[in-house]
Amino acid sequence: MLARAHLGRQVLVVLGVLLLMVMLFSTTVGPMHILWRDSLDVLIGLGGSNGPADTIITSIRLPRALLGMLVGAALAASGAAIQGLFRNPLADPGLIGVSGGAALAAVAVIVLGGTTLGSLVNWMGPYSLMLAAFGGGFATTLIVARIATTRTGGTSTNTLLLAGIAINIITGAGIGLFTYMADDTQLRTLTFWSMGSLGGALWEVVLSAGSLIVLVLLLLPGLARPLNALLLGESEARHLGVNVDRVKRRVMLLSALAVGAAVAAAGMIGFVGLVVPHLVRLTLGPDHRYLLPASALLGGLFLLVADMLARTLIAPAELPIGLLTSIIGGPFFIALIMLQRRRYSL
Amino acid sequence: MTLGATALGYRIGHSQLLEGVDLDIQPGRMTAVLGPNGAGKSTLLRLLAGEMAPDSGTIHLNGRRYQHWSREEVARQVAVLPQSSSLGFAFTALEVVLMGRIPHASGHTRDLEIAQACLQETDCWHLRHRPFPVLSGGEQQRIQLARVLAQLQDQTDNHPRYLLLDEPTAALDPAHQLLTLQLARRRADQGMGVLVILHDLNLAARFADRVLLLQQGHPLALGPTDEVLTPDRLSGLYQLPMQVIDHPNGQGKLVVSL
Repeated sequence: MLARAHLGRQVLVVLGVLLLMVMLFSTTVGPMHILWRDSLDVLIGLGGSNGPADTIITSIRLPRALLGMLVGAALAASGAAIQGLFRNPLADPGLIGVSGGAALAAVAVIVLGGTTLGSLVNWMGPYSLMLAAFGGGFATTLIVARIATTRTGGTSTNTLLLAGIAINIITGAGIGLFTYMADDTQLRTLTFWSMGSLGGALWEVVLSAGSLIVLVLLLLPGLARPLNALLLGESEARHLGVNVDRVKRRVMLLSALAVGAAVAAAGMIGFVGLVVPHLVRLTLGPDHRYLLPASALLGGLFLLVADMLARTLIAPAELPIGLLTSIIGGPFFIALIMLQRRRYSL
Repeated sequence: MTLGATALGYRIGHSQLLEGVDLDIQPGRMTAVLGPNGAGKSTLLRLLAGEMAPDSGTIHLNGRRYQHWSREEVARQVAVLPQSSSLGFAFTALEVVLMGRIPHASGHTRDLEIAQACLQETDCWHLRHRPFPVLSGGEQQRIQLARVLAQLQDQTDNHPRYLLLDEPTAALDPAHQLLTLQLARRRADQGMGVLVILHDLNLAARFADRVLLLQQGHPLALGPTDEVLTPDRLSGLYQLPMQVIDHPNGQGKLVVSL
C-alpha cells in the first residue's frame, strides 16, 4: 500500500550491497593495480601473505576507504537531520557554519597544540582534535539556531542562510588568524585541511572518528519519527506528544558530534550534507525513517567514489577531495536555489 | 470529566490577551468560540491544548492538570487543528494523516485503516498519493483535519477525548465548510468534546450546542447557542448592526448583518 515504504527498504538493501562492492573496487584502484580477487582475499582474511598487495590494502587503501565511507555517511546523515531540525532543505552543515565552527576549533588545537594546550592535546591523542571540532560545531549550531528561530518557533530560510554566511565569515577570519600564526609544518597541515582530504587515514584516525560516527549513525534513526512530526511544525509536533525541545537538543548534539569527527578526520568537505539528502528525498520522500539510513549509505558511497576520482584523475598527484565535492556541489546548489525560487518564491 | 478552565488569564508583556475565562468543554457537546480578530480566541485554544501555561487560573484535563499527564497521554486525548500549516516537505497526504497515529501503538495495519477512513471522511481520498505542498490551501486544511481525526481514533485509555479546531473552515468552499462542521458534530454526538473557533456566525448557530463570545480577552457571554446569539449582543460585539431571523427552512436561526 505505502509504495514509498516498500521502495525505501529496497533502496536501503541496494545501497548497502553497492557500498560493499564499491569499497572492494576502491581497494584495487591506485598506483599499484591489484586484482579484485586478491583484494577480496585480503579483505576477508584469506589472503595470507601475498606480499606488498597485502600491506597496501590493509595499511593504506582499506583505512582510507573506511574513512571515506564514515565521513560521507556522517556528513550526509547529519545534513538530513539538521534539515529536519530547521525544517529547511537548504540547511547544510557547511552552509550554515557548523563545519566552519568545527574547523575553527580544530585549527586552534593544531596551532595552539604546541603551546599552552600542548599537554592536554598529547594526553587525549586524536580525540582532542575531535572533541574540539565537536565543541566548535555544537556551539555554532546553538548560535545559528538562536539567530534563525522565529518567535513562532519556525526558522526562516533567509535568516538561516544569512546567519550561516556571517558565521562562515567569522570562522574564516579565525582560521585565517591561526594560519597567520602557524609555523611551516602547521601551515601544510592547515592547507591540506581546509581543502579536505582523506589522505590522513591512519587506522587510529579511522577508529577514533569511526567510533563516534557509528555511535551517531546508530542513535539518529531513533529520532526519525519525532523528526517527521517536527516537519509539520513545532506546536503540531507537541500536540502529537513529541518532546520537541529534547528532540532538538539531541539532533544538535548528535549532528555536531558526527560533523566534528568528520571535520577532524578529513577537513572541510562541503556539500555532501546538502546534495545527498536531497537526492534521497527525490526518490524516497522526506520520511526520516528511510531518509536517515539511506543518506548515510549514499553519502558513504558518494565520498568513496569522489575519493577514487581524487586519487586517480591527476595521478600521480592527488586532488583535494573537498575541492571535488565543491565542484560538484556548487552548481547543484545553484540549481536547487533556482528550483526553490520557482516553487516557493524563496 | 471535562477539559475545563477556571479564571484563565494570559498576558504578553503589558497586554492582557485573556482574562477571567471560565470554560468547560464537555464530552458530547460542541462549543463554538466567537469574537472579532484579536479577541483572544486562538490564545484560549492554545492554553486549553496545553501548548503554553496560563499566567493565572487552572486547566484540568479529565480531572488532572496537564503536568500530571505524560505527553503521549495528552496526545491521545486532545487533538488540535491549527489555523494554517507550513509543511514544505513532500510528504504525501496519506503520510501526513498517518502522523496522527504517532502517539498510538496500534500497529501499522490498523493505523493505515484509520488513516484511509479519515481521508474518506474528509473527502480527500483522491488526494492520498499527492505531495502535500502542491495541494491548495483548502485541500491542505482538510488533510490536516483528517490527521487530527486519526489522532483521536482507537484510543485504548478510555478517557473522554477532545477535538480543538482553530478556524477549520477558513480556507474551505461552502460545501466543504458544511462537511467539516458535520464531521465535528458527528464526533460530538459520538461522545467527544469539541471546541471550534469560527467567524461564520451562521455555522455556529447551526451546529454548536453552546457559544462563548470573547471581547478583547474577556468573556462577554457563555451559554446555549440560541440564548447567546442575540442581535443586541452581536451588534455590540462586532460594532456592526446585526439581525437574527428565522431560517427560511423553518429550523434554527439566521444571523444577518444589516
